[in-house]
Amino acid sequence: MQTQKWTRRAFATLVALIAIASPIALQAANALDLNGAGATFPEPLYTKWFYEYNKKNPDVKINYQAIGSGGGINQITKKTVDFGASDAAMTDEELAKAPGKILMLPMTSGAVAVTYNVGGVPSGLKLDRETLAGIYRGRITKWNDPKIAKTNPDVKLPNQSISVVRRADGSGTTFIFTNHLSAISPEWKRDVGSGKSVKWPVGLGAKGNDGVAAQVQQTPGSIGYIESAYASQNKLPIATLQNLEGKFVAPSIEGVTAALEGTKFPENLRVFIADPDGPKSYPIVGLTWLLVYEKMDDKAKADGLKKFLDWALTDGQKYAPPLEYAPLPASLLKQVKQSVAQVQ
Amino acid sequence: MTQLTRKEEASSEIFTQEGTLPADPIFNNVVKVAGLAVIGVLIWMTLVVAGDSLPAIRQFGFGFLTDSNWDPNSDQFGGLSFVFGTVATALIAMAFAIPIGLGIAIFLTEDFLPEAVLTPISFMVELLAAIPSVVYGLWGIFVMIPILRPLLQWLSGGSSSGYGLFTAGLLLSIMVLPTVASISREVLKSIPRSLRNASLALGATRWETIFRVMIPAGTSGIVGACVLGLGRALGETMAVTMVIGNAPEIPKSIFAPAYTIAAVLANEFGEASGELHLSSLFFAGFLLFVITLLVNILAEIFVRRVSLERQ
Repeated sequence: MQTQKWTRRAFATLVALIAIASPIALQAANALDLNGAGATFPEPLYTKWFYEYNKKNPDVKINYQAIGSGGGINQITKKTVDFGASDAAMTDEELAKAPGKILMLPMTSGAVAVTYNVGGVPSGLKLDRETLAGIYRGRITKWNDPKIAKTNPDVKLPNQSISVVRRADGSGTTFIFTNHLSAISPEWKRDVGSGKSVKWPVGLGAKGNDGVAAQVQQTPGSIGYIESAYASQNKLPIATLQNLEGKFVAPSIEGVTAALEGTKFPENLRVFIADPDGPKSYPIVGLTWLLVYEKMDDKAKADGLKKFLDWALTDGQKYAPPLEYAPLPASLLKQVKQSVAQVQ
Repeated sequence: MTQLTRKEEASSEIFTQEGTLPADPIFNNVVKVAGLAVIGVLIWMTLVVAGDSLPAIRQFGFGFLTDSNWDPNSDQFGGLSFVFGTVATALIAMAFAIPIGLGIAIFLTEDFLPEAVLTPISFMVELLAAIPSVVYGLWGIFVMIPILRPLLQWLSGGSSSGYGLFTAGLLLSIMVLPTVASISREVLKSIPRSLRNASLALGATRWETIFRVMIPAGTSGIVGACVLGLGRALGETMAVTMVIGNAPEIPKSIFAPAYTIAAVLANEFGEASGELHLSSLFFAGFLLFVITLLVNILAEIFVRRVSLERQ
């Protein structure tokens, strides 16, 4: 059928209108858009921060993709995002690969909780150091193993296989967890080691902290490690773990703060706390860093990011405790703020 | 002279002397470019994937296909576990999807039920294909696995967590079912009624007609449907990675966790920064290309052989 003249004219007008309207629509968009990607460990806190900051500064919109610490490091190295986030601070090798100097800024710290799903076993199961390493090494395969029963005499443990859940993607949470396992078990250190992804002896892989939480929730007899906020927000049972001094501690802000106490932070602010001392310390703690180039390409973005970082290190810290993250100690905050001042 | 209508008047202004529109050559060229672009994109994708996997090919060669050790920390990459997982889950999926899909197709083209009931059923089968992969994965984790767990534990002697090769294959078969069923149904529907009537007239029963006349007549189309389904099963990513357990090893039992090429690419691509790691992932992806190509070639040979036999 032949198109009528009026149809063609109407179509041409429509196309012209759309072409004119697009620049106007774009101008109405935000004055400043910052993009970041990385760890799922601090995602609950970051999401809160970006929301609160946007309320106070409506022309700044910060987008964050939780793709895992490995992904965060990758993206900031490739400069596809304005800032990266990782619970595993970059190694010297990784820093060398970046096309510029990257500042590693600790933002908050949290605990890695061990959660489980065993019928009839409430929260607070005591797992000592040998048992934790044994479960993840695949040596302890049943919930009623004598090693678990030894530390939990008044808990009825079923004769059920342990389904170990771990991360399938490159994860800073894995880094913190395997760092600790390497410190408490020479066998683990020799056979598996630590890293953002390792060759797990056993276990089902899930994607992200949220994936592990969902999988543990859905699988009876499973055990997994997640950032403690995920465990408490989803009301999952949490194990109490044995620290260096032999005391059983549950993840809490006090436990994390006690673990951080006395830690000296070097110039580049990279510190891993594999096995903290102190009777009240929770054994598996980690800092989480934001990765920012010292010299950014876009001045407007650099200024906007600096303002946000200053806010996060002062006002932002008060949002941490309700979400189960520990605010940074004052001395460290000072050091980090000095680093932020270097961003340009 | 008769009065031309407004439409005819408008048309006669535009038609050239030869009777073609000025838009014709434009349309011809645009369509030609589009067609060539599709082929070009396919070749370009293959070249990019093959090119980026060269470091891994140089390092591992064929060893990649026989080694199942995948260790990013010590730069040891062997793709056997992924190839095994991909092929195994696809085969399990097809083992369920082909008989059930073909059965649905037969059911929808025969007259067991009135047309008014068959049409909504066929519509709903096609709707299954529209559900996104991630939704299938979530449904698998939150609904299918809890329901199947008692059965899986009984079959595996108590050691299954519910996540594994079999579960992934089962979920894939549900995803592949609409493809196989709806295309087979179209194929069976397009077989001339006269063929069916002739068979029945010669005294064949309904089922003899279906199995000896209808399905052989539709073989090439049905095999095409199966190949399309198999292609989807081989490449399916999100749903599989959520239920297969993501363990880079060859499972000791069909109920143990495994890994597929698509799943490992989805999980590890974002953070693979070492050159060998990235290149090995590309190599695995290239293998997937090769497997799919092989499957399609085999299917084509099979169809030709069957058509030749019949002649």
